[in-house]
Formats: sequence, C-alpha cells, structure tokens
Amino acid sequence: MPLIEGRLTLAQIEEIIAKPLDTKPNKKYFIALSITLSLLLIGATALLISFYYGVGLWGNNQPVGWAFPIVNFVFWVGIGHAGTLISAILFLLRQKWRTAIARFAEAMTIFAVICAAIFPIIHTGRFWLAGYLMPYPNQHNLWVNFTSPLLWDVFAVSTYFTVSLVFWYVGLIPDFAVLRDRTSSKIKKVFYTVFSLGWRNSHRNWQHYEKAYTLLAGFATPLVLSVHTIVSFDFAVSIMPGWHTTIFPPYFVAGAIFSGFAMVVTVLIFVRKIFDMEQLITLDHLDKMNRIILATGMMVGYAYGMEFFMAWYSGVQFEQFVFINRAFGPYAWAYWIMVTCNVVFPQLFWFRKFRRSIPVMLVVVIFVNVGMWFERFVITVTSLHRDYLPSSWGYYTPTLYDFGILIGSFGLFFTLVLLFVKTLPSVSISEIKAVADGAQPTHHGSH
Amino acid sequence: MERTDKIYGLAALFDSPDKIIHATESVVKEGYKSFDVHTPYPVHGMDNAMKLKPSTLGYITLVFGLSGAAFILLFMYWTMSVNYPMIIGGKPYFALPAFIPVTFEVTVLLATLSTVIGMIAFYFKFPVNAYPLNETNYMKAVSNDKYGVFIKSDDPKFDESKIRVFLTSLGGTNLELVYDLKKVTYDPFSPRFISVLVGVIIVVSGGTYVSLNKAMYLPPFNWMEYQFRGNPQSSSDFFSDGRVNRMPVKGSVARGFIPYEFTGVTLPENPLPNPLPVDEKVLQLGKRKYLTFCSPCHGDYGDGDSRMRGQFPNPPSLHTEKLKTWADGLIYHVIVNGQNVMPSYAHQTTAEERWAMVHYVRALQLAKNASEGDIDRFNKEFSANGK
Repeated sequence: MPLIEGRLTLAQIEEIIAKPLDTKPNKKYFIALSITLSLLLIGATALLISFYYGVGLWGNNQPVGWAFPIVNFVFWVGIGHAGTLISAILFLLRQKWRTAIARFAEAMTIFAVICAAIFPIIHTGRFWLAGYLMPYPNQHNLWVNFTSPLLWDVFAVSTYFTVSLVFWYVGLIPDFAVLRDRTSSKIKKVFYTVFSLGWRNSHRNWQHYEKAYTLLAGFATPLVLSVHTIVSFDFAVSIMPGWHTTIFPPYFVAGAIFSGFAMVVTVLIFVRKIFDMEQLITLDHLDKMNRIILATGMMVGYAYGMEFFMAWYSGVQFEQFVFINRAFGPYAWAYWIMVTCNVVFPQLFWFRKFRRSIPVMLVVVIFVNVGMWFERFVITVTSLHRDYLPSSWGYYTPTLYDFGILIGSFGLFFTLVLLFVKTLPSVSISEIKAVADGAQPTHHGSH
Repeated sequence: MERTDKIYGLAALFDSPDKIIHATESVVKEGYKSFDVHTPYPVHGMDNAMKLKPSTLGYITLVFGLSGAAFILLFMYWTMSVNYPMIIGGKPYFALPAFIPVTFEVTVLLATLSTVIGMIAFYFKFPVNAYPLNETNYMKAVSNDKYGVFIKSDDPKFDESKIRVFLTSLGGTNLELVYDLKKVTYDPFSPRFISVLVGVIIVVSGGTYVSLNKAMYLPPFNWMEYQFRGNPQSSSDFFSDGRVNRMPVKGSVARGFIPYEFTGVTLPENPLPNPLPVDEKVLQLGKRKYLTFCSPCHGDYGDGDSRMRGQFPNPPSLHTEKLKTWADGLIYHVIVNGQNVMPSYAHQTTAEERWAMVHYVRALQLAKNASEGDIDRFNKEFSANGK
C-alpha cells in the first residue's frame, strides 16, 4: 500500500503540510472558528452562572449525584485515547500508515484531555481549590487518600496529559526546525527557532532521538491502557450494582479506542478536504481506521452482551434488576440509542465500499460519537437512579446549564483543533518524509 | 549572526539516500573523525555507516523510572502509615494493591520526563542556537530534501582543497565553506541582568503570596462562609422562641447514658445495687475520681478534714456509722442528686465513674476501721482467688 498518493517529492510534501501555516486563512476558516467560539461562549456563560449561583443549578442530585460531569469526563478522556494509541502502539507495531495521522491524533488527545479535566474540577464546585488534589506538605499533616480510585484518576489523567504533551512536543522539534529554515517572516522565525531548541538535523542527534521516541512509545503504550482502566475503577471499585464488575477495565479501554478513532475520523474528513491533504491522508488511512472502529465496536458489543450474561449468571437479584432496568426501565431510550449507534451502525464497515465512502463513514462515526456518549450516560445514570433501596429511587433530568457546559466543551475542543491546524504542522513533516517513496537507501530493502 | 574569518568546516550536499550512505562510509574509511551527517529525517543504516555506538539513553530512563517507583512507594508508605496513619475502607496502613496505580503512573511520568530532558540537555546540549551551520544554505537544504556531509576544521586531517576534491568525487554538490561564529558572551553580573532577575523574583514570589494567602480569601472565593445557617447561641427569626439552638425531643437519651430513675427523690426506698465488681482497675478509677471531685470537701481520706473545715457548715466525715451502714445505692444517689449544700455531680461524672467512687469510699471506710484480723482475712481471700 502506498503511504502517499502520487509520486510527491520531499519538497512537495513539505509544501503541502506547511501551506496552511504559510498562507492567510480563508473565509471558511473564520466562519468555522466563529461557530466554535460561539459554542465556547455558551459553555463559558453556563459555567459562570453555575459558579455565581452554585452547582445546584445542575440536574444532578440525590440519588443521581454523578451525572453530566462524570459522563462528559469519561467521554472526553475516551476521545483522548486514540492519539496515544496511534502514536505509540501503532509505532511499536511498525504500522507505517500511522505517520500521516499521528500528529493530528496526538493533538486531539491533548485537547480532549483538557476538555475532560475541566469536568471533575468544576464538579467540586470550587475549581480554584483544585490544587488540593495533589499531595503537598501542610501544617495539618493532611494527605490525599492514596487508596481511593478518584485519587488514582488525578494521577492517571495528569500523567497522561504530561506524557502526551511531551511526546507531541518531541515529535514537533524537528518540524519546528524545518519551519524555521523555510519561513520568511521574522516573528514566526523567532517562534520556530525558540521551539526548535536549535535542532540541527544531525544524525548524531537523530540516533538518540529515535531511541527516545521508541522509549516514549514503550511507556505510552501501558499508560494509555492504564488511564481508562483507572477511570473504570471509579465505577468498578464501588459496590453499585451494574458497576461492580471486573469486565470494566477492558470494556472501558475498548470503548475509549472506539470513540477516539471515531472522533479522529470525524475531524480528519474535514481537515484533509479543507487543507488539500488528500494525498497525504488517503482513503487507505481512513479505511484502516474504520477497520479498527469495527473491531473495537465489536468488543464493546461483546461487553454489552457479557454484562447481561454475568448479571444472570451471578444470581444476584440487584445485579439482574439493574440490567433489566437498563434495557426496559425509564432510561430504555438511552440504552437503545447506545446499542444502535455503537453496535448496529459500525457493522456497515464490514463492506469495503462503505469503509471507503466519505459520506457513509461520516454518518457512522458521528453515530459512534453519539453512542459512546450515551454509553457513559447509561452506565452512570441507570445504575444510580435505582439502587438497592426502592425508597430512594428517582429520575434524573439534566438542566439547560448541563447542556450548556457540554456544548461549551465541544466548542473548546474544536476551537483548539482549528487553532492547531493553522499554527502547527498537522502532519509530521520529518516522519512522513521518511516513509515517502525513495526516502530510504535501496540496499536496505523496502521494510 | 556575525562570523569571524576562522574556518569552521566544509559542507557538501547529496541528493539521494544511497549517495549519502556511500559518502558517509567513504568519509569514515578516509579516517575523518570530526564530521557530521545532516538529513531531513533519520536515514536507515546511517548508524552503521557512521560507526556510531548504540545510544545509552535507555539507562537514564531505567534509573529514573526505578527511582520514581521507589520514591512514590516510600512517600505513600510515609504519609499513609507513619505521618498520619488512618484506616480507610478496612485496608491496612500499607495497602500495596491500592498503591499500584499511583506507583505505575509516577514511574511512567518520571521515566518519560527524565528521558526527554536528559536527551535534550545532556545528549544534545540544547537549547542553543549559536551553531555555525544554522542560517546557512546548507542547513536550509538538509532540513528540506537534501542530505549533507560536513567535515569540521578541527579534524587532524582537515585540508580544504583535498576535501573539496574528495567530496566532489563522491557526488557532492553545492560545497559550502562555513566560517565560525563570533563568540558572544553575557555578563551574569551586569546591572541590567541582575535588575531583571530581582524583578522576576519579586513578581513571582509576591504573586504567589498574594494569590494563595490573600486573593483566595476575598469574594467570591469566600462565599462559602456566608451561608443561610444558624450559628450556635444566636437568634433566629424562624423559630417561635427566637433561638437557633433546639432542645432535644422529649425523652431523648444521649448515647451511652442511662437515665437515673430516682432523680428528684430525697432518698430512695430500694436503692440500686452496685453493678461494678471490685478489682484493681475499678478502684484506681474510683480513687482518681474521688481525689478529683470528693476530696476538695471530704478530704483525701474521707475524714471531712479538708480546707473547707471551719467554714459553715463543715463537710461531713464519710466514716460515720450512718454512712457505713448505708447501701451503695444511697451513696450513689447523693452523688447524683446532691444533698444539703453538696451539689449534684451528675454532669461531671459518668455512671460508671460514680459506682467506682462508691467502691473507693467503701475501701476508705474499711481502711480507717480495720481490725487486726482483717489483714489475715484479706491475705487468705486473695490467696484463695489465686492472686
């Protein structure tokens, strides 16, 4: 499979990638930016009002104390899993097709984790005290509880964010040097020079650089699996029926990759079109990602089925009730949206024609995004709203402020994506040059 | 960047990866030591062509990763088991399985950061932009689509004209002679630098102090202090009696307290029996409480010989015939209810303590009025009990 369509020279590849950075953005870009900024403004307003009057404006209350904030948190963290998977796991598996999409997916990881981190912090009601989440020496000898899954989450998400950021930046260093050497603008040159750290393209540096990249990939791989595992512990370590199961870690990780890939495909479809990168981000790339969506979608579907089986097999009355209540109770609508979007629609990807058709895949990946949001909603809300004690059953309805903040997080995410594609190379220049035709010595074969 | 007329080295460009590999192998074979190869991306096989030793970067990762794991495990052990031990969720103080997630995350974090910082700072000696090859046409070409070999002038075999012929014969083009940069030095003690440094220190430390110690206690961050709530002992518009404090519901019994059935009775007809056994622990407790609450008036040994003597009325002795024949429950009753000028001790003492005090009073009575035979009797009783 050719990784790049058409026989582009190295200089042409660089030209294509650097084009959005060298040229002034067109009208469409500003229209898109104004839409995303408006969404962000809606979210900011909803948040501001929430803080003025207190988080009681949100719908979560007894018995559903964990609602939109945790649903959105898990949703965004899940989106963030595709980036590291593509850049680390596929790197270790020597999947060269990853080069065209790795940088973009890594950026999306960072933005998604930023969106995710907002939610637990605002859920506390006093976001300016978020520093207390970290253990620090104080006169009360008061420390964080290292045996709590919520504290593990703090460590997992902050480590994941830091490592993703470092991984992303290390990949960007040689590209900053390329941009430094090609730009004619003085201001940009200062910016690129500072961030390139003085990179010299020397092979004496490349040798260590490649080593470091492999090491980072080796660490990011277990890290990406650990993060959603720990997120699933937030649920699985509790004793709520429907949460207290050992299937949660693999089920959450598969779901995270599923939703992350769906989001990457959603955004790439637009980016490759708008910035004329169809030769670099080819249909073959999208095809491969759709296959992974199909595979992880099947894993998620298996988990849905297995949860029902285990509820029956356990013989625990509460466990059985929760699952029947999920599928046929007051939240059955959410459950069936989830199953349709996550299990039924991806089945289209069995057919090569659909995997390579832009309109079909756009519809499917958007459904997957919706379905995966509903999965977290179903897990969180249906278990909480009817637990052991029928006297404390209730029905959760989100308020306008809940929706406002959710919309705002999408606004933040897409604003950051748009700013990223204009300011930084959205495809790794040095990596894609290395996999172009004729880029490697012939006597080393085509491996 | 200003340059001197000292030659830094000679560079040549090649236009294919095959040529650069061949050129590098030839440069090494000719015996040049101080040379470098510049490529827009890592070219496979270059490590061998340049005869580079394997990168030792992995050792940094290993050392820092392991120290990260050791540090955080010790830290969690110290905070959770030594500095402020607390049982949470029935787990032991050192709950190793629950510490694994954080240990893993911190290990990865330290290993990654140390690898990247180590590579940039110690292997590359970055960030530095004062490199003679920067800003040359050669660097612009190798960061785009050309491959370059550069031989530095400090190589013992450096001879410009010979190298020109040599590199051209290998297929090199655009030969470029690079001159060294003029050294720019900065004085760390210049008044300008020091004043900037002092300024930064003042802004950072002042900003931290103000934001953490002052701003956090200003509105709206302190709004939690102003809530609709009743402070103890304050007035209330809500309750009809105008008080915030509420009385407990009638008949409420505080946890651990049993209501005394003869409250208000002068002397009960059928006093309660003493529920406590006589042993050393009870007598010690009774002694402590007696010395605290009873001795100020009745005297350390119950003779009524305290400093209250001489003031009207004298505190009575506890060794009168009346008291010696009183049931335990009557003494207890007087402690609870008080008698004459003696106040109630119901609120200062618990029921258990009061019964212990009664035992101690009995012990005092016995000690004050012991006959010679009593010691033998006691010794016999104690040895019979095996004590």
